[in-house]
Amino acid sequence: MFESLTDKLNSVFSKLKSRGKLSEKDIKSGLREIRLALLEADVNYKIVKDFIKSVEIKSLGERVQKSLTPGQQIVKIVNEELVQLMTCDVEEKPLPKNRTSKLLIVGLQGSGKTTACGKLALHYKKNGYEPILVAADVYRPAAIKQLEMLGKSIDIPVYTEDTTKVTRIAKGALKYAAKEFRNLVIFDTAGRLHVDEKMMEEVEDLAKVISPDQILYVADAMTGQDAVNSAKEFNERLDLTGIILTKLDGDARGGAALSVRAVTGKPISFVSVGEKLSDLEAFHPDRIASRILGMGDMLTLIEKAEAVFEEDEAEKLQKKLQKNLFTLDDFLDQLRKMQNMGPMDEILKMLPGSNSKLMKNIKVDENEIKHIEAIILAMTLKEREHPDIINGSRRHRIAQGSGTSLQRVNQLLKQFDQMKKMMKRFSKGHFDMGKQMFPM
Amino acid sequence: MSIVSSLKKKLAKTHNSFIKRLAEIVQLSGRVDEELIEDIEDILIQADLGVSITGKITSRLEEQIRLQKLSKTEQVYKALENIIITILHDEYKDVDAIDFNPEEKPYVLLFIGVNGVGKTTTIAKCAQRFKNNGKKVLLVAGDTFRAAAIEQLEIWAKRIGVTIIGQEYGSDPSSVIFNAMQSAKAQSYDVVLIDTAGRLHTKINLMRELEKIKRTIQKHISDAPHQVLLVVDATTGQNGVQQAKKFLESIPIDGIILTKLDGTAKGGVALGIKDSLQIPIKAIGVGEQIDDLKDFDATEFVKAIFE
Repeated sequence: MFESLTDKLNSVFSKLKSRGKLSEKDIKSGLREIRLALLEADVNYKIVKDFIKSVEIKSLGERVQKSLTPGQQIVKIVNEELVQLMTCDVEEKPLPKNRTSKLLIVGLQGSGKTTACGKLALHYKKNGYEPILVAADVYRPAAIKQLEMLGKSIDIPVYTEDTTKVTRIAKGALKYAAKEFRNLVIFDTAGRLHVDEKMMEEVEDLAKVISPDQILYVADAMTGQDAVNSAKEFNERLDLTGIILTKLDGDARGGAALSVRAVTGKPISFVSVGEKLSDLEAFHPDRIASRILGMGDMLTLIEKAEAVFEEDEAEKLQKKLQKNLFTLDDFLDQLRKMQNMGPMDEILKMLPGSNSKLMKNIKVDENEIKHIEAIILAMTLKEREHPDIINGSRRHRIAQGSGTSLQRVNQLLKQFDQMKKMMKRFSKGHFDMGKQMFPM
Repeated sequence: MSIVSSLKKKLAKTHNSFIKRLAEIVQLSGRVDEELIEDIEDILIQADLGVSITGKITSRLEEQIRLQKLSKTEQVYKALENIIITILHDEYKDVDAIDFNPEEKPYVLLFIGVNGVGKTTTIAKCAQRFKNNGKKVLLVAGDTFRAAAIEQLEIWAKRIGVTIIGQEYGSDPSSVIFNAMQSAKAQSYDVVLIDTAGRLHTKINLMRELEKIKRTIQKHISDAPHQVLLVVDATTGQNGVQQAKKFLESIPIDGIILTKLDGTAKGGVALGIKDSLQIPIKAIGVGEQIDDLKDFDATEFVKAIFE
């Protein structure tokens, strides 16, 4: 998501780094480029100003001047400042389970509130809560129906009432939750403009009736400079407790994350990274700051990998690789597991160095993986174990059986061979993620 | 109410705060210096115009200040207004608005965009305008993915009094569209408005789906869709340019409908899209009512902001 910003900062710093010692003028020109990059990334211009000022003061300080590697020092300062800007020292209170906790979801039109409600419900259900969803968007056509469909898909009840009085719906929902012994009530509300006085009053009244444990503001990661205006108004009216940042699976540079965080002073509680209801993640300021600075998001990747790969299985695989016993079956297995980790391009983005031009040109087509799957499944067990025996006539048969072409079969075999070589290097500790793996 | 005055009313907030801020800045510093230019830069950036267009505008402004020895608030402001009007006027002199009274039939419009920009609402507004011109309108529920998207369009169809064609969720949008195109021809509809699922431009599969949708439409009418309209949320930042670029790689785009201009966002990114990709704004959404869709007019638009 922050690729382009990273690219720009990288190019600025490579200029700084190559010179060794920096003059005040060097630092100023570097900072100007950082300023432009941040503005292009949609960070609010006021926040950029403050940010640049504090980086400048620190950069002109002794620490940088006396350092042999001033460029690196500035990278470090920018990193620290970014992390600081996104870190919140206010501890988030966990929602109590021993009574009915209440969660109010608010935001502009189209920011993704209803989907976020579904994701939150699933998240808390997995964590041992018994949630219900409440449809308090009485304006947008079919909004209630949308929440009902989402609720049904994750087996969570949705409370609705045929009225346009949202406070009445809220009261009814709370009664229902008490009667059914539900310990978490998630209220979905209509999208509203922060300048729409009537609608803002409505949500204020709603908050008074509910007295929610948390009020979460849903912010679209693609938002531009206006992000601060709306977030500020919502925060002033409702005293938000947190922020959900949505649509982070796009390629928006996500400056809105910095803006909304800074202007409200409230933490980003969750980020939403896909259209599936399970695509909700905790926000890690340090990880995202590293990502901004081109250091990749290895921690998230490792976490995801751990969730999919069993440990002893990984060990077995390691041994196979070392003994060169890695088969096409194993390959298919790995491919499927990697798919379970999430969209392939998302995973690639998390790898260090993935911001280079090289990686950018690699487009991962999930359909391609289906083709690979088809080709391997069209092979006999023996062929999968010993790809060497696959001769011309076997290749023809496999191409026909998988409904692909001879070229594709050849390509896959070649790729597999390359991959085996690369994995061998991997297992020896060379972390050299290159183009070989996904040349398609 | 004429379009101009209604637009002006809608944009009054934007306008006032802009002028006030500019006046403050110039009065505050009292003279035209580097700091002033940087402050003007900030105002333009704040409107989401982006670094590159902002740079173009301020460098022209600096030149005029120098050449014409401008030193007063009003002079600087007037010069700034003129620069922006000139740029927009040049860019928009050959752009036509959406034809709500087309001769061709069936006239096919395809609406695309990322999630949550207001595609379905925009389609409803367009349908109303076609209907006002006595056209027989068919809505196509091509968003078979998002929960309740079909119902949302159905409710609009009922309110406006037009027909809608759809299938169940999870079905191939191309198959819905194929059937719809068949009925459109058989039952001689004048206008076909096709809704599509919101899709992030970074998802290759979903972009490919758009290519397929286009091919499906062309199986029935070879020169359709007659208008492919990218719906862009005015609150979108610089990523809007990237969105348009990626969509453009899959399907030719005739214009942009800029929505949610009734908030405080200025939608400046649409000017960036025009500048870098030559896709013009064709209409703007200025409210949640069915008639809150206006033709885009560059001069009026700038005037409403700067007058």
